[in-house]
Amino acid sequence: MKAVEVKDLVKDYGSFRALKGISFEVSEGEIFGLIGPNGAGKTTALRTIATLLQITSGLIAVFGYELPKEAAEVRRIISYLPEEAGAYKNLTGMEYLNFVAKFFGDGRRLQNMVRKGVDIANLGERINDKVDTYSKGMTRRLLVGRALMIEPKLAILDEPTSGLDVVNAQEVRRIINNAAEAGVAVLLSSHNMLEVELLCHRIALIDDGRIIASGTAGELKQKYDARNIEEAFVRAIK
Amino acid sequence: MIGNIIKKEFKELFVISTILPIIVIAIVFGLVGQSIGNIGEKMAEKPVIGIVDMDGGNLSSIAVSILTENARVVYDGRDTQSGLQEVTKENGVALLVMPGNFSQSIYAGQPGEMEIYWIMRGAGMMDSISSGVVEALIQSVNQGISTRLIQEDGSFDPAVVLTPTRRVETTFLKGKEIRGLSASQLSNILGSQSIAIPIVVMMLIIMAGASVIGSMGMEKENKTLETLLTMPVRRSHIVIGKMVGSALVGMIMAAIYMAGFSRYMGSFQVSDINLANFGLALSMPDYLLVGISLFAALLAGLALCIVLGTFAKNYRSAQTLIFPITALAMISMFTTIFKDFDTLPVVLRILVFAIPFSHPMMAMRALMMGSYSLVVGGIAYNAAFTVIMVWIAVRIFNSDRLLTGSVRRRIGLGKVAWGFRR
Repeated sequence: MKAVEVKDLVKDYGSFRALKGISFEVSEGEIFGLIGPNGAGKTTALRTIATLLQITSGLIAVFGYELPKEAAEVRRIISYLPEEAGAYKNLTGMEYLNFVAKFFGDGRRLQNMVRKGVDIANLGERINDKVDTYSKGMTRRLLVGRALMIEPKLAILDEPTSGLDVVNAQEVRRIINNAAEAGVAVLLSSHNMLEVELLCHRIALIDDGRIIASGTAGELKQKYDARNIEEAFVRAIK
Repeated sequence: MIGNIIKKEFKELFVISTILPIIVIAIVFGLVGQSIGNIGEKMAEKPVIGIVDMDGGNLSSIAVSILTENARVVYDGRDTQSGLQEVTKENGVALLVMPGNFSQSIYAGQPGEMEIYWIMRGAGMMDSISSGVVEALIQSVNQGISTRLIQEDGSFDPAVVLTPTRRVETTFLKGKEIRGLSASQLSNILGSQSIAIPIVVMMLIIMAGASVIGSMGMEKENKTLETLLTMPVRRSHIVIGKMVGSALVGMIMAAIYMAGFSRYMGSFQVSDINLANFGLALSMPDYLLVGISLFAALLAGLALCIVLGTFAKNYRSAQTLIFPITALAMISMFTTIFKDFDTLPVVLRILVFAIPFSHPMMAMRALMMGSYSLVVGGIAYNAAFTVIMVWIAVRIFNSDRLLTGSVRRRIGLGKVAWGFRR
């Protein structure tokens, strides 16, 4: 079964068409990257799949559950990490993980989820400190821990390493890779093309609400006779 | 250079969302003031009274003459019941009855008994202005009689000369007959409640409202709401959870505030009159109704705050969104302090009833007067208001509005653009 199936997805904001009929699929255990410049429609696509935005037309199915009619089922199996998101500042990291885990289970399952979240976040003793005292990198690691501790079938990550330093960005990428190896389907967006090339199994180049090319990094570079994805993207939009 | 900065600041702050609520509130306050009326005008107006002079003696004639000169007398006869009916019919303030032995008593060295039947239509501050004018008239009557006594015979008992009359008062307020209290005394006693309760309710609404709107702003700013909305939890549970959480915070804050405020108000309390002796005490079920009314108003206010909070772009913008709530609470507060619901003009009555916060402000006084329908009606209205607001909030939570700032999906109010576009 496909983890994500998107067909001819159109999303309008009033008279502005943000997505102009995009289609792609993501398999289980695959890291699929949407890359493109700011305003290309990456976040809109992710938010629509994450059940946050209404669909104007087209089809979205997540593990066979169709949106919007089966949104409740989809929410049980996905995890969404918005770009530059924060956590509740008056809670400690541990309290935050507990708060989220309670939506997905209780008893031993809840404890296991929280333990996993703590492991992924890797904040040491600071997990018991208030989120308000965390650095940006620590908050991001906590949020990645939150997103993956529930063992989602699909993780939707919007610019997962945005604003992080090299060390933290690498750590987050390692966590994402581990999740995919464990069978989690990962759909992420980034405008950092180098990162996507390193991380994603397959990539879709998105520009002005359209997917202009997709494939593995190697396929795209070959198709556009480019040395890297950045170059391939520039040639693709010309 | 400084001009450039001033221009930028002005452009940033002087936006329609900041100015519009101020304009609306200024207009509403103006209308409220106009509807309630002018204190100066009321003071200058001749009060409407009735006179029953069963004495017909020298001294009662002085009283009648002073009263007739300074008041609009709608009844001048010898029957108390007819006098009361006439004064009530003419929206009068009081019926003054001088019994048969009025002059004789005074000449005999005893203060003359003057029965005063006060007719109060409301217990607001403004409602007792006319009775204050009549109080002043009674003083004039006393002075007139004192002057006559001194002119006639300088050997009168000074105590009688200084206080020639003794008042036996009965106040009618919304069907209740309260013996032994004048309208002014009753107004003063109820006045402390008239001020304290609306202020506490206003603070509760503002504090709880600010916390829920602020929470919405924070959630948007930190994108925690975005995360929450992708979790397996019903939108209605998010809305209700936010409301109840904020209600609890608001109630704790209000309790702390009230503790300090009640001590402050206590320092002004001079009356030792027990309202229970006059049938004006509340029973336990009454207090329960007041509590339910307060809770219903709080939930209604918070539901409204959540709807307003969806307009917040961040914590800062959320702060400006509390303004309409503050303004509505202030309108309710001032109106209920100054006027009784029953004595308001119809338009203002509709406005006050429509504002959910008015109901707990009016509840205690209404229950004292046995106006259960107003209190129960208010609770029912607030319950309906809450349900509608929660429904709207859930529809908004299900739409794109929370994330994009505009509504493009039908949310039951038609296809409306509610703000900025993405």
